[in-house]
This record gives sequence, structure tokens and C-alpha cells, in this order.
Amino acid sequence: MRLRTANLGWRAGVRPIVEGVTLEIAPGETFGLIGPNGSGKSTLLRLIAGLLPPSAGRVWLGETPLASLSRREVARRIAFVEQQAETTEALTVRDAVGLGRTPWLAALSPFGAGDAAIVEHALCAVGMEHMAGAQWQTLSGGERQRVHIARALAQRPRLLLLDEPTNHLDIHHQLALLRLVHRLPVTVVLALHDLNQALGCDRIGVMAQGRLIACGPPAKVLTPEQLAKTFRVGATALTDPVDDTVLFRFRCLEE
Amino acid sequence: MTVATVRSYRPRAPAWRWILAGSLLTVAILAGVIIGEMPLPPDTVLAVLANKLFGAGYPVDSINAAIIWNYRMPRTLVAAACGAGLALSGVVLQALIRNALADPYLLGVSAGASTGAVAVTILGLGGGALGLSSGAFAGALLAFGLVAALARAAGGGPAQLVLAGIAGSQLFNALTSFFIARSANAEQARGIMFWLLGNLSGVRWPDVSLAAPAALIGFLACLWHVRALDAFSFGAQSAAALGISLRRVQGVLIGTTTLMTATMVSLVGSIGFVGLVVPHAMRFAVGPRHGRLVPWSALAGAVFLIAADIVSRILIPGQVVAIGVVTALVGAPGFALILIRNRGRT
Ligand SMILES: Nc1ncnc2c1ncn2[C@@H]1O[C@H](COP(=O)(O)OP(=O)(O)OP(=O)(O)O)[C@@H](O)[C@H]1O
Ligand SMILES: [Mg+2]
Repeated sequence: MRLRTANLGWRAGVRPIVEGVTLEIAPGETFGLIGPNGSGKSTLLRLIAGLLPPSAGRVWLGETPLASLSRREVARRIAFVEQQAETTEALTVRDAVGLGRTPWLAALSPFGAGDAAIVEHALCAVGMEHMAGAQWQTLSGGERQRVHIARALAQRPRLLLLDEPTNHLDIHHQLALLRLVHRLPVTVVLALHDLNQALGCDRIGVMAQGRLIACGPPAKVLTPEQLAKTFRVGATALTDPVDDTVLFRFRCLEE
Repeated sequence: MTVATVRSYRPRAPAWRWILAGSLLTVAILAGVIIGEMPLPPDTVLAVLANKLFGAGYPVDSINAAIIWNYRMPRTLVAAACGAGLALSGVVLQALIRNALADPYLLGVSAGASTGAVAVTILGLGGGALGLSSGAFAGALLAFGLVAALARAAGGGPAQLVLAGIAGSQLFNALTSFFIARSANAEQARGIMFWLLGNLSGVRWPDVSLAAPAALIGFLACLWHVRALDAFSFGAQSAAALGISLRRVQGVLIGTTTLMTATMVSLVGSIGFVGLVVPHAMRFAVGPRHGRLVPWSALAGAVFLIAADIVSRILIPGQVVAIGVVTALVGAPGFALILIRNRGRT
């Protein structure tokens, strides 16, 4: 599904948090959002998910304005994994993933075999099928994050928004997740802090102080000058002799 | 693994569960009618009920018939409706506010009801046209309105609602004490105290026709929203991302809860602990998913309050103990257990 935003903005009181974001993301594209802490990545994702009312601009999903859709219709198209979400309920992993079916089930329609199969599939996709019966409170941070991602997958969205989906994952699961979202036939927008992971996206956008200051293929956007300006790091591009991929090594530029 | 799948997502509660629930409720209601200061033989009770419900025409003593039909039956039915309503209100508020200690009186409803009751009975507000119940109902709604407005002005989140509820409750409790201290004679103060602790002794059929529909409507509203209540597990933003329309669902559920609680409080006073302890006990027994939690909490609340009413009638021979005292005697230790069980969770 094609995602478009035009001049999107949100203010907290008078303080602009996100401003003038115009963006077009093609169907099936994996789009990385990078930027320093507090640059507005999470806020932009919430605006795209329709969870915050924009104070300026609009969002379109395909040809449909987001604002014209009901909450349920939005949730059938977009799944959103928050940076953090906790519960005190004694839910099992399978219960938590099953919540992803909510937008597809009417108030009284039973949770069917088809839904159960989708949930199993989502659990397998993140490698949590062996822990399906475990209680939420007993999970590690990375396991919780994988369950959240499975819940988003169970929602069967056409646009998947992930806010720092890899920050608790071990290296294997980080790579497995990135490979998974790449292979998914859906549009994916993910906020990332690891710039080497961002190199693997189809395109990336750089946020700074609420604005989208650069947007394009990783090799074009992630130049040493851009990195010095936005992230205040010096970067050296290195080439992996195994497959000639480029990656960065960073130095802090300030004392 | 397939077995586990089937177990977790067994479609709807199968028929036998509803039958079991119905039988438990029926047995509890019969017990509530049979047991009392003066125990009545079960066959007399059944005969009277058969006469009244199906026009069976068994010969029965007319005094017994009056006690059973005019006094114990409505009392037991109102106890059941109140227990179910308060337990459901607890379930809803705990889910929406995401606070294990939320109870139906959190939003100032009970404090407002007391003030309303006092204003009518002691200050004579409404010039005798208003009864204690209507005064309490008006007070409950007024208090909730103020609390909701304050919470909105403070930003509208669940934390704000809780804080506004505390402020509102304090204000209305202070008003109640002030009115009692200023104007009540000892007799009136005693009467009000008795009502505040919960009292089912004055209940008659017209009260059933208020309490039963309130509980039924609340039950249906909760049943309709079980998926939405589940979706709040990870917070309101997560519920919204799952397609829940926050305004509508919160509005409908908090509104229904308030009406239900206000109705119950105005009929029988504020009976504590049912709305707090029953939902937690049921979470423990049937799990946190609302598809089961809602019906079982309603049933458990109803049975618990009927049982508490029976105990309140037979605990001290010849004297009725306020039912709120009984629920607190059971509820306070239950509450302590919840606190201990929740230790380590944030
Ligand atoms: N509701 C709000 N009210 C006021 N300020 C807010 C609100 N939400 C976010 N902000 C501010 O907006 C800025 C951007 O926040 P956001 O969470 O979007 O950043 P981010 O890019 O996701 O950062 P991080 O990398 O740390 O996750 C922050 O400075 C934050 O303090
Ligand atoms: Mg963020």
C-alpha cells in the first residue's frame, strides 16, 4: 500500500514537535527513519498511524485520506508496534498475539480456526512458537518485543510501523527481524538507531528537530557530512571483503 | 501444541457453562429466600414460588407467602443485581484505568450519593417530593459529572480520572459530614450511617424493577465490549492501534458503569469491596480475558452478595448487621491477598 504524507505536523502546545513532513513511500518498500533522540521519529509514526490528530497536513493510504477512515478500518490496514508497551495482566504470549485479530472480529463473532492459524503463523515468524503458553510477566525484554511484533503481524496489515523494533533483540533476532520485514510483501516504516541496520533499508529518511531533512537511498543519504551534522559523529565507511557491503565505524566528535 | 491452541481459543463459552452459571444463580437465589432470621421450609418456598410464577395454586400459609414473595424475594434479587453490577463496574474500571485497585466508587459516585441522600433526608432538599433514593441518584450523577469535568480539564488520561475521583470523593464526603454535623439529630445520623454501610432491609419489588434492568443493561454492554476491554491490556494507545475507538468505548463503558453504580448505591447504599475483590478473584479463577471474566464476575458478584446478605441476617440472632460490614469482613482480607499477589508487578 502506498503511503503519502503532505506537510504533516504536530505541536505540543505551541512547540512544534513534527513539522512539514512530506513523504511518499511505495508499496512494499522498507523505509527507515533515523534521527537523534527527541527528533520526532515516534511522533511521526504516531501521526501516520492516526493515533495523534495532526495539527497540520494530511496522510493518505493509497488514494484514501487517513482521516476519512474509522479506527477499525485504519487498524485493518496499519499495525503499529510502540517503542514500549507493558501490561500487568497475566496474559499468555498467545493471548497477547491474539489481540492482533481485534480489528477483524466483530463484537460477538468467535475467534475462529482461521484466526488461531494466523496467530500461530505470526508466532513462528518471530520464533516464539515454543513459548506460546508462557506468561507475559515471565518474558525477557527481547521476548516481549518479539511478541509485540507478532501481534502486529497477526493484524495482517498492509502498512507496518515499527518503533525501534530491534532495541532489545540479540544480534541473531535483530538480523532475523530485518530479513523478515524485508521479505514481507507489505510497506514497512521503521524507526532505527543502528545506522548499519538502516543501510539495509530500501530508502531512509533523516529526522532532526521535527523535520525530515534528508530522504533517499542509504548510500546517498548517509554521507560522512550528513552524519557529522545530524548525529555529531565522525564516520568511516569500511567495506566487508566477504560481499563488498559498506558499513560504518563511528567516532564521537565532541569531548 | 494443537491441543493448546484449541484450549486457548475455544470459541464461545459452551452451553454447559451457561447452564452451570444459571443453576448456580438459581440455587443462590433459593438459598437467599429460604435462609433468614426465621428459616422457612424449602417446600413452602417452592410452593409459593410456583404459585406466584406459574399460578400453581398450592395451599400455603398467607403470612409465609407474604414473607417469601414481598420481602425475601425482592431482597435477594436486588442483592444479586447489585452484586453483579458492582463486580462488572470493577472489571470495566480496572481494565480501562489499568489500575488493579480501581473500584466502582473510585469516580466519586458513592460519595456523591451519600451527599445527595443526606441533602434530601436531613436538609429536606426537594421539599419531600424526592425520596432518599432519588436524592442519592442525583448526587451520584452530579459528583461523577464534576469528577469527569475535572479529569477532562486536567488532560483526560486515566491517571487524571483517578486523581479527580479522589478529589471529588473527598469533597463530597466532607459535605456529607458537614451536613450531618450541622443539622442531623442522633436518630437521623444513625439512620444515615446504616444506609451508608449498605442496607437491603427496606427493599421491595419496585427496587427490583430498577436494579435488575440496570444490571442487565450493564451486563450486555460489557459483553458487547469484551474484545475492546481485552484490547486495553497494553494501554489506551495500543487499544486505539487495534482499532478501538477510544472516545466511544470509554464513553459507553464508563457511562454504563456510572449509571449502574449510581442505581445500586441509591437503592442499597455503598456496599464496599464487591467491585474490587470479586473481579480479582475471578481473574485468578478464569484468567484475564474478558470473554470469560465478564460473565463469571457478574455471576460471582451476584452469588457473593446474596451470601453476604444471608450472613448479615443470621450472624447476630434477632439483629440485622449492615451488609457492608459483612462484605468488608470478607473483602479486607481479600484485598490484602490482592496486594500481596500483585507484589513485584508495577
Ligand atoms: N505529548 C507531548 N507533549 C510534549 N512534548 C512531547 C510530547 N510527545 C513528544 N514530545 C516531545 O517531542 C520530541 C520528540 O519526541 P519523539 O518521541 O517523537 O522522539 P523520537 O525521535 O522518537 O526520540 P527517541 O529516539 O528517543 O525515541 C521530544 O523532545 C519529546 O519531549
Ligand atoms: Mg522514539
